[in-house]
Amino acid sequence: MNGIHDMGGMDGMGPVEPEPNEPVFHEPWEGRVYALARRMGRWGRGRNWGSGRFGQESIAPAEYLRMSYYERWFTNLVNRLLRTDLVTEEELDSGNADPDRPRPTLFPELTDVSGGSARRDVDVSPRFRAEQRVHVRNLHPRGHTRLPRYTRGKHGTVIRDHGIFALQDTDENGQRLGDNPQHVYTVRFTARELWGERAASERDAVYVEMWEDYLDPA
Amino acid sequence: MAKSKEGSVGRRKFLTNAAATAAAIAGQGQVADAQQTASDEDEQEHEHQTVPSDIALRVKALETVLVEKEMVDPAELDEVVDTYENKVGPRNGARVVARAWVDSGYKERLLADATEPIAELGYGGAQGEYMVVVENTPTVHNLVVCTLCSCYPWPTLGLPPVWYKSAPYRSRAVIEPRGVLREFGVELDDDVEVRVWDSTAEIRYLVLPERPAGTENMTEAELAEIVTRDSMIGVAQVTPPAAAGGGA
Repeated sequence: MNGIHDMGGMDGMGPVEPEPNEPVFHEPWEGRVYALARRMGRWGRGRNWGSGRFGQESIAPAEYLRMSYYERWFTNLVNRLLRTDLVTEEELDSGNADPDRPRPTLFPELTDVSGGSARRDVDVSPRFRAEQRVHVRNLHPRGHTRLPRYTRGKHGTVIRDHGIFALQDTDENGQRLGDNPQHVYTVRFTARELWGERAASERDAVYVEMWEDYLDPA
Repeated sequence: MAKSKEGSVGRRKFLTNAAATAAAIAGQGQVADAQQTASDEDEQEHEHQTVPSDIALRVKALETVLVEKEMVDPAELDEVVDTYENKVGPRNGARVVARAWVDSGYKERLLADATEPIAELGYGGAQGEYMVVVENTPTVHNLVVCTLCSCYPWPTLGLPPVWYKSAPYRSRAVIEPRGVLREFGVELDDDVEVRVWDSTAEIRYLVLPERPAGTENMTEAELAEIVTRDSMIGVAQVTPPAAAGGGA
């Protein structure tokens, strides 16, 4: 989706502000949110858990920019738990589990997916090879995609084939578009191709990983 | 959808009551502060931090509900937090860099296919499944970003700093990397090629910084001590110990 999360090349966001001796978590609740997000995914099996990235990208732009990083994680986790009926609004209001609701069932892990990894051990021939010139398709899907806007319609050069990965893109409801295993490549774009005269040097380049579905031969 | 849910989450009765109580306590704190000298900022900061924020209360409520439903054990949450606060962090990546600096065979394998050589040092798992290491040289400077979210090599660098996940870095690193680097204190000559790596897929990147001059007699362990997190993201260069302390 053409959301606020797809920030590459935008202006007006201000200076980068590093924090000396930054702690891993600034407040205890941030650590709890991170840990909860890491540990709750198993409860999404067999349920409409949806893509975590799509969930975050669907936060309205003004809210997305206002929220801190772990506030976005928390929002996404709560939305998923409510959507799958694993918790209710009333439970979150009261801060206690409703004793009259049955305990949720943990569904078994799917056997055809290797522990959540996106790598696929299947035989798919590559459409592109290293050094080949490619043209990025001008795609604007409404769902989650790993294709940054600033690369769409641009020309680049394949520099490496990373092997076969499941496509992570989703439809507009956050459901993955099938497993669709395919080669993922690193594609090199010159800074001039992406940014025109704004590029500081003819030497500079941006390297972006691309699923094969994003590419056409140049 | 996400927006309306978020709105409802923010206006819960229980939490509103809790927040009202907290606000009352905060008010007392502010009165107390006003009676102190204005220069006593540390004390004021302390006063404010003793009041749980609304988000802290909401997270606590969620955790309590999930624990009562037996969906999660607080001890496993403690373990995750402990892992990233105390066990996994940039010291891991620094050991990879130091090994590559002293062992050319290791470095060659690392640059060809990084995942296995990094696993040999004990680092792997979530967000480190497919590692690529890119080497800085006198003519090439590498910089890593995730413009779409916050992708980062957890096993070797730990969790990313706030600035890496922030809108300014994500928006600017790809379009004006030299400007961003300048703000971090890295001034590159015009003949240096800047390569920005946008971690859009499942690959995670680690920069192999240049080994600084004057470190020829240092041991691998000593070298690991001077490698910083920022140098492995590509926003800093490694400085030798004599020149260290300048914020690199």
